[in-house]
Amino acid sequence: MTDTRAVNQRTKPPANPPERSRSAGAVTARTGVGDRFSSWTNHHREMWRESWVRFFASPMSSGMTALVIAIALALPAALQLGLTNFQKAVAAWDGQPQISVFLHKRARESAVQSFADDLRGDPLVAGVTYISPEQALAEFQQSSGLGDALLGMDSNPLPAVLLVRPRGSDTSSLEALATRLRANAMTDSVVLDMAWVQRLAQLTELGQRMSMGLALLLALGVLLVVVNSIRLHIENRRDEILVVKLVGATDAFVRRPFLYTGLVYGLVGGLIAWLLVSGGVWLLAGPVSGLANLYGSGFRLDGPGFTYLVGLAGGAALLGLTGAWLAVARHISAIQPR
Amino acid sequence: MIQFDNVNKRYESGQDALGRVSLEIDRAEMVFLTGHSGAGKSTLLKLLTAIERPTRGSIIVGGQNLNRLRNSQIPYYRRNLGIVFQNHQLLFDRSVFDNVALPLSVSGCSRREVGRRARAALDKVGLLHKEKQNPIVLSGGEQQRVGIARAVVNKPALLVADEPTGNLDPKLSEEIMGLFRQFNAVGTTVLIASHDLELIARMRQRVLTLQQGQLIYDGYPSREPAY
Repeated sequence: MTDTRAVNQRTKPPANPPERSRSAGAVTARTGVGDRFSSWTNHHREMWRESWVRFFASPMSSGMTALVIAIALALPAALQLGLTNFQKAVAAWDGQPQISVFLHKRARESAVQSFADDLRGDPLVAGVTYISPEQALAEFQQSSGLGDALLGMDSNPLPAVLLVRPRGSDTSSLEALATRLRANAMTDSVVLDMAWVQRLAQLTELGQRMSMGLALLLALGVLLVVVNSIRLHIENRRDEILVVKLVGATDAFVRRPFLYTGLVYGLVGGLIAWLLVSGGVWLLAGPVSGLANLYGSGFRLDGPGFTYLVGLAGGAALLGLTGAWLAVARHISAIQPR
Repeated sequence: MIQFDNVNKRYESGQDALGRVSLEIDRAEMVFLTGHSGAGKSTLLKLLTAIERPTRGSIIVGGQNLNRLRNSQIPYYRRNLGIVFQNHQLLFDRSVFDNVALPLSVSGCSRREVGRRARAALDKVGLLHKEKQNPIVLSGGEQQRVGIARAVVNKPALLVADEPTGNLDPKLSEEIMGLFRQFNAVGTTVLIASHDLELIARMRQRVLTLQQGQLIYDGYPSREPAY
């Protein structure tokens, strides 16, 4: 260089550049608030549309992600639906405790009647119903459909039964009453129906908890699936993110398409999950109603109705959005122009 | 427009990229930044575009102190800046028009405004007739012109270019420089980093030379420099 001067010391230009008008060129672009808002809503609408376009642009990979979400959600949903149906089926058996006292076949009817009268006077007993062997046979024939088999028998195989309704329903007084009933010479066996009802309630509760736990675990799985898919989307659009950041995009702007993609994944997954559960119910409805008929019950399987549709689609969409948030929070800030 | 005051940049690796650089560039000036690779050109541009922050010293651009710029304010700062890259950084998944429109949609212009301004910018670089094409089918010179259109579409007060003619032959380079001169003529401050000394000499504009992170020359080279 021939013209190198001292460091950091500017030399005057050979000829002063003429004054330039600043009217046309370097005016910072400004946009009004209303414009900004409408463009913000526009961008949301565009991203919503674009995320669907992107979803169907690669139907295989998007479809598989959505299907994984769907299966993971369909499992707990089906379990929950099964429990609801089970509860509906057993609702006919009320929780009122009842003690069935099966008497020896040889017990004479007069002795049984006096035993029943004794019991009616017991402070622990609210009421006693006597079912004679003949009554029991008639009832059995009516409700079980096995009447023909019994008709073939020489004698009535059914014993007389006393149905004792206890006054209290706490376990200790029930047990005390049962022990007293067992002690009677005429008693063959005592069945505390309450225990069965309680077991049923406990089993239902167990099922509820298990389905809840499963749902939580699988929701976590869905979250991870979405995080991973969105991470791949972010990786694929790395160049775009860099350029957009360099031309002044805010983080919210960069995040938006990925959040919508997560939302769409969740929504589609939730809808497919609902279809899976509906399909399952449709497949099972026939056999279940057949089985119910055999038991003389008019029980019909409840399908996943509108509530399940809204719940599954909404919950899944929320999961998708959350997963996408987690992914963008981790990965988008890491992509900075260098 | 641009004011560097004793700016020091040391990278985390311990490498001193810039040392005590002070300079001042007025509004509507056109300045070339030159020096060997590794002299600190890129670092200076990165500081200017808020990609990096100075270790010491202050940088004021358009009255805004970049040291005090919060991370959340950087996007808004960059919207007043036009950046042209050597490898033009165009997105090949969208049309020329959409590439140019990108800064406008980012800053929230209405659709009508976006169309009007993007077409005006494309018209200025002479590529309006190719707005619907994918930039991948354009020649290197045309791609760079698209990059310039994108940089000026926001009507920035400051245009920064990093080796804008790096991959272009002399004739195309001349064309690109002509464009920069046009934008400068309407009042845009233009800072171009380049190592094409011949081209710089022909432009006869102010030149800043960096060497090992130091500003060793700031002035107007003589008519026919014997580089």
